[in-house]
Amino acid sequence: MKEKIWFYALFAGGVALASSLPVLATTAATPAMLSNTCNGCHGTDGNSAGLSNPTIAGLDSNYFDTAMKQFKSGERPSSIMGRLAKGYNDGELKAMADFFAARKFAAARQPFDAGKAGQGKVLHDKNCRMCHADGGKSGANGALAGQWKDYLHVAIAEFLSGNRKGPEMMTKALTKMTEADIEALINYYASQQ
Amino acid sequence: MSMNRRSFIKLVGAGAGVMSWPSISSASDILPRTGRRVVVVGGGSGGAIVAKYLRIADPSIEVLLIESDKRYIACPLSNLVLAGVRTLEENTLTLDKMAAKHGVKLLYDTVTAVDAGAKKVICSAGAISYDKLVLSPGIDYRFEEIEGYNPATTPEIMPHAWKAGPQTLLLKRQLMDMMDGGVVVVTIPQAPFRCPPGPYERINMIALYLKRHKPKSKIIVWDANENIVAKAGLFRKGWTKYYGYDDKDSTKGMIAYHGNSKLTKVDAKAMAVDNGTELLKGDVINVIPPQRAGIIAQKASVVGPDKKWCSVDQVSFESTQVKDIHVIGDACFAGALPKSTYAANSEAKVCALNIAQTLNGKELIAPSHVNVCYSYITDKEAVSVSGIYIEKEGKTIAVPNAGGLSPDLNEIEASYARSWMQNVMSEMST
Ligand SMILES: Cc1cc2nc3c(=O)[nH]c(=O)nc-3n(C[C@H](O)[C@H](O)[C@H](O)COP(=O)(O)OP(=O)(O)OC[C@H]3O[C@@H](n4cnc5c(N)ncnc54)[C@H](O)[C@@H]3O)c2cc1C
Ligand code: HEC
Ligand code: HEC
Repeated sequence: MKEKIWFYALFAGGVALASSLPVLATTAATPAMLSNTCNGCHGTDGNSAGLSNPTIAGLDSNYFDTAMKQFKSGERPSSIMGRLAKGYNDGELKAMADFFAARKFAAARQPFDAGKAGQGKVLHDKNCRMCHADGGKSGANGALAGQWKDYLHVAIAEFLSGNRKGPEMMTKALTKMTEADIEALINYYASQQ
Repeated sequence: MSMNRRSFIKLVGAGAGVMSWPSISSASDILPRTGRRVVVVGGGSGGAIVAKYLRIADPSIEVLLIESDKRYIACPLSNLVLAGVRTLEENTLTLDKMAAKHGVKLLYDTVTAVDAGAKKVICSAGAISYDKLVLSPGIDYRFEEIEGYNPATTPEIMPHAWKAGPQTLLLKRQLMDMMDGGVVVVTIPQAPFRCPPGPYERINMIALYLKRHKPKSKIIVWDANENIVAKAGLFRKGWTKYYGYDDKDSTKGMIAYHGNSKLTKVDAKAMAVDNGTELLKGDVINVIPPQRAGIIAQKASVVGPDKKWCSVDQVSFESTQVKDIHVIGDACFAGALPKSTYAANSEAKVCALNIAQTLNGKELIAPSHVNVCYSYITDKEAVSVSGIYIEKEGKTIAVPNAGGLSPDLNEIEASYARSWMQNVMSEMST
């Protein structure tokens, strides 16, 4: 009974208010507005807590922007990003690239094999370091150090199959690697936490 | 919390244009104010995120999150529990770490009333005042639309399992107790309901369990909708590929699907369901009831004229009926956005940014949402549907020529689905 009285009384008040809601100006979506929603898959601030979604915090802005444009055109293969990137214009893609570039990259906490990581370092220094400096830390050519292992496996498989285009030198270097070598490299990147 | 009857009657009569609010609580605030305060009711997919992102947007805003349960059991992937390929523990999280890290005040209590005039919520601990209130209470059920349905006893016999938890485990146990060759009935309500692809993913997971353990059994689906509500082509493809489904002949295979078949009546004693033209008996019956906004939304008078969902401004998520109350998640109507965890997460972030803007006297920001829903076909393969959403002329619409379906069923989708779940749970709990 009590509840009923209250319901109707409130409802009357509510209706009266509806017409008095102020009409506010709306400004275009800001970088945070565009980017926050990506965190549902990439983690808060772009630091992924999921085992296979890549961390996108602290990625180089140009690398990020290029990746999004290549997803959009289909030049870079993807399970989901191609469908999503089509929803944004160049300005929006750039705004998100800058937004995430300004977040701090947090290395994924994941298990690794120390022995394999040691071999991986040797392989990296010899074959990859020239383009992926600082042990593969986030730079102009993406982030390897601290990135999720599952994601790196997928990325390398895509280069090897030719579906994703990398520099010829990298493709050559990767083709030279045995499966065990790739495992070692990925453990090296995972070991940097 | 006993509400003072006198305060109910103390309604201020007023002429047109002047607000007349009942004051249900003259009780003083149990929490001394430290500044501008936003109260969030419900710490689920929407509520936990709006609380956290409000603090990220402006740490000078005091945020109080009120949630009934100490442990939140997430629904996504809970269908996998039925097939025995995931545990409910994997779906369980707590809010404490997130609250501590982001300076969200957390109160475990149930809000029983909202006094929009006095801008207070009432819970067992007392009255708490707000400048802005966000409701993300999830769903309530329209049991009364099903003849013979007793809200207290029927779910114990014909579980809905539409809020993950004991209901999920009950349905799982019933499947385990069923004999090989039994009939499982799944009834699906008219859309919109929580998680459009959810019932069909459930059918997959029940089929997976039966295929492995009780292969002579059958699943009969009564769908009140004309056709599968989401990802119809991909679901049919999956049923055909793995569960011997035949579109032309429902006697073949494990799944018999009937569209335009709306449940009207249940008989829990006879273990039977009725759609007006046919009586169907089952050994396990999963009745997914029609739904509406959570109870507190009804009490706060923010449910729209349809008596089901809350009508909100699509930019701020403020109720179109009651000022300073915002509604997000399943409880609200958000245009083309479905009722999903991903959508609730997105709406929460849009709402948080725009509440911060409003409290700071700044203009609203045009919304940008993403929604992606993964569904498992088997334990190894999944499919997805996605979209980018914006507001246009007061409506939330999907950006044309973006988003859409995964081209096929595959393992990579399943791996990313698990990874998404880890991220969405971590967003809520850290
Ligand atoms: C079987 C199934 C599978 C699903 N799969 C997916 C999926 O794969 N992907 C996806 O995106 N979505 C999925 N969903 C949908 C998803 O679970 C919901 O859309 C989402 O949880 C909605 O969020 P919400 O914040 O509105 O409500 P909820 O997450 O339900 O949160 C509401 C919270 O409010 C609390 N509450 C309510 N009233 C009060 C009160 N008065 N006082 C205090 N606390 C209160 C409740 O305790 C609860 O914790 C699925 C749903 C089901 C049933
Ligand atoms: C449904 C989950 C999902 C959502 C939502 C999502 N992503 Fe992704 N993202 C992925 C996956 C998975 C990959 C790996 C490529 C693929 O399979 O699509 C990826 C890859 C990326 C990469 C490449 C990273 C690298 O190191 O090369 C970028 C950049 C990126 N996403 C940005 C975004 C942005 C910006 C948004 C929001 C507009 C977003 N993502 C939303 C899942 C998601
Ligand atoms: C000649 C320079 C070069 C060399 C050598 C090179 N790379 Fe790369 N690498 C690149 C460039 C450029 C990209 C970015 C490609 C793109 O934009 O998609 C890249 C990208 C990658 C990526 C994808 C990152 C992501 O986030 O998706 C991986 C993984 C990778 N390299 C691994 C390696 C490994 C392992 C080696 C050594 C065996 C190596 N690279 C050697 C230039 C190089």
